[in-house]
Amino acid sequence: MNHFPQAWGRPRDDIYGPYDGSFLHDSRPNQHTTTPIVTGTSVIAIKFKDGVVIAADNLASYGSLARFTNVKRLRKFAETSVIGFGGDISDMQYLDRALNNLEIKHAYDSSGHSLNAKNLHTYLAKKFYQRRSKLDPLWNHVLVAGLDDEDKPFLASADLYGTTFSSPSLATGFGAHLAQPLLRKLVPDEEAATKLSLESAINAVKESLKVLYYRDARSMDKYSIAVITKDGIELKENEKLENQSWAFAEKIRGYGTQVN
Amino acid sequence: MFRNNYDNDSVTFSPQGRIFQVEYASEAVKQGSVVVGIVSKTHAILVVLKRNAEELSSYQKKIIAIDEHLGIALAGLASDARVLSNFMRSQCSASRLTFGRAIPLSRIVSSISGRAQSNTQNYGRRPYGVGLLIVGVDDSGPHLFEFQPSGMTQEMIACAIGARSQMARTYLERNVERFANCSREELVKHGLQALKESLTQDKELAIENTSVGIVGIGNSLKGSKIEVFKLYDGIEVKQWIDLVSDKSNISEAVESMEVDS
Repeated sequence: MNHFPQAWGRPRDDIYGPYDGSFLHDSRPNQHTTTPIVTGTSVIAIKFKDGVVIAADNLASYGSLARFTNVKRLRKFAETSVIGFGGDISDMQYLDRALNNLEIKHAYDSSGHSLNAKNLHTYLAKKFYQRRSKLDPLWNHVLVAGLDDEDKPFLASADLYGTTFSSPSLATGFGAHLAQPLLRKLVPDEEAATKLSLESAINAVKESLKVLYYRDARSMDKYSIAVITKDGIELKENEKLENQSWAFAEKIRGYGTQVN
Repeated sequence: MFRNNYDNDSVTFSPQGRIFQVEYASEAVKQGSVVVGIVSKTHAILVVLKRNAEELSSYQKKIIAIDEHLGIALAGLASDARVLSNFMRSQCSASRLTFGRAIPLSRIVSSISGRAQSNTQNYGRRPYGVGLLIVGVDDSGPHLFEFQPSGMTQEMIACAIGARSQMARTYLERNVERFANCSREELVKHGLQALKESLTQDKELAIENTSVGIVGIGNSLKGSKIEVFKLYDGIEVKQWIDLVSDKSNISEAVESMEVDS
């Protein structure tokens, strides 16, 4: 025994040659997510009288490359809530796994105590805040849709900073600029949301998705849409945008003076 | 010659498959004064008999409020109950912080039973020397659980643990059918009656030595979801003690007989 604890319990240098300790020292600093790589764009959602409608397209972009065209960004949780993920896809997959584990853990209670959308949103917000406080954020902006502890429609947002807010309609990313103004025309306040019908909520969401497809260069015309009510979740994952308007384009020539 | 070689620690099985240290811990529960718990469709109550060390001393607290929706009564080592109740409190506030909800009863009960159990399978540790009755309300209604030092937990309709609790249990067994539909006051009355059964000859229920803990489903008219767990002590329990005391019954009878005008 000598006075160098690093050598204790290791092969003796005089017999086996000097110990290669290079793997012990990492020359690089820790690398956390400093920028998202594969990303999903907007998630949009609106409350109506019996529940919530939430939608997101099925695209995962790699920078400006529309790399993955069949990525489902809406996830069911415990048969009562849907989470829509915007932002980094690998972090979405990590959260998906974490939430699966959480769901399994809570399902061990036979007495039917499951987490409602409100509980889930609180949990996610804490998770986001914990990670950003470790300077290792989960690069997502999520919407949590479902029902709260009084079975009322619940919709709230949480992002990579742990910031949370709630509103009768919500949208992440580009949708916050393009979809939110359209949705707000329908539900300017909570009271309007309690009167909105399912049909007009779905129409508004589909219209907003269309506007996003027109104007958001990272969007796609294939999308998923979910309706959450007391009766359960109706999730459709392979929808396609319809009734686009492009006929006007034929008449456009040049950028000003060109006539034909 | 006939020394028991199998009771030195909690990690030794006897040839019969018993763990004596755990059984000795259960004896500590039987030394504690009696606590009674009953649950109905709307309420869960605790009724306890407190003891004082001597005439000049205070009576040892037996009921601990854990959270708004949950409280416990203990029989046995009070300091072990403090450890467990502190743990339960931190579990409750963890649930409120991370999920924004009150922790379900079955969840917190299994968490303390896990803690108690692990104390019976690691060398150098000892089992908790305390039994608990846990009452509370969650989404699935009011509940009563019994906790033993072995880590055993059971959901009960009514339960009594502690010294001479057998008498109280007999009373509870005789009346078990009635509890489900009892009102809050009737439930406390049954609890006190059960407690009285287990009193020694020279003792009586008094405001000094009796405590009541009540938690229930809220009156939705008032908008509150639950009736928050409350510990009733001292003069606050007089209302109920009077209901079950022999004296009041006698004096009523005497009064009604002696009236002449």
